Amino acid sequence: MKLDCKHVWGYISDYIDNSVDPAVREDIERHLEHCEICSAILDSTRNILILTADERTFEVPVGFSEKLHRRLEEEIKKDPESGEK
Amino acid sequence: MCGDSAAHFFMMTTATHNEAQTIARILAGEKELFHDLIRPYERMVYLTVFAMLKNETEAEDAAQDAFVNAYRYLASFRAESKFSTWLTMIAINQARQKLRRDKKVGFESIEETIEDNDGEFTPAFLTDWREVPLEALERKELREALQKAVTELPDKYRQVFSLRDIQGLSIQETSEALNMNPGLVKIRLRRARIMLQKSLVPFLKNTPPAYRRFGRAQ
Ligand SMILES: [Zn+2]
Repeated sequence: MKLDCKHVWGYISDYIDNSVDPAVREDIERHLEHCEICSAILDSTRNILILTADERTFEVPVGFSEKLHRRLEEEIKKDPESGEK
Repeated sequence: MCGDSAAHFFMMTTATHNEAQTIARILAGEKELFHDLIRPYERMVYLTVFAMLKNETEAEDAAQDAFVNAYRYLASFRAESKFSTWLTMIAINQARQKLRRDKKVGFESIEETIEDNDGEFTPAFLTDWREVPLEALERKELREALQKAVTELPDKYRQVFSLRDIQGLSIQETSEALNMNPGLVKIRLRRARIMLQKSLVPFLKNTPPAYRRFGRAQ
C-alpha cells in the first residue's frame, strides 16, 4: 500500500512506540526514505520525547523526598501496633 | 526466617525487586520498611498528581497524602496489578478528590469516548530539523518551553502523556491506572505528541543553530 503524508502522521506515535503492524511499518519506512517532511516530523517528535523522558526536564521540588519521609515517619509512629485495617 | 531485623533492613534497601515480600513484612509489623518500598516511586507519584493539579505545592501535598493512604491501605493491595500501578491509581484518586473539593472540573469528562476528528491534530512542518543537533536538547529554554507546552495541553491529553512519556509507563499500565481502554490511551497519546511537536517546532525553528550558545531575551 502506498501511504500519503497524512496517513503517515497518523501512525507516527505508534511507530515510535513500535506498535504498528510489520506490513504497515514497512510502508511507513518506504515513505520516510523519500519524504523529508515526514522524516523531519518523526525526528522532531522523537527528540521531544527524549527530552520529555529526561529526568531533568520534569523534576520533583527540592526537599520533596525529605518532607515526604518525615510525614511517613509520623504516620508510622502513630499507627497502633495492630495496624488500622 | 532470619530474625536479625537490622541485617534485613539493609538488605531490603537494595532489594526493590522483591516487593511482595517487603509488603508482607510491613504488614507483619516491620513498618519502617515502607520507606524503602516507596522510594523508587516518589517521582512517579509526584508527577502523576502534578499533571492533574498543575501546581507544585498542591502536588506535593497530594503526593504525600497518596503515600500516606498507600501506607494505611497497604493490606488491601492485591498482587494482580503491579505495586507501581496501584500507587498510581491512588495518586490519581487523590488528585481527583482535590479537584472535586476545589470544584475544578478537571477530569470528570474522562469517560467520553467519542473523540474529535483527528484532522485538527496535524503536526508542524520543519525542513531544517536535521540542522538542529541533539545537543540542542540541552538548552534550558527548550526544557522550559516543553514544560510550558505540557502544562498547556488539555487535561485529558496531559494526563495520558504524563503517565506514558514523562513517567515511562507502558500503554497497558497507563490504561490500567486510568481504567481506560488502551485504544483510547493511544489516541490521546498520539494527539498529545502531535500538539507538543506543533508547539515546540516553531521554537526550534526560530533558534538558528549559530545562536544556540548565546542567551537570548526570549
Ligand atoms: Zn510524507
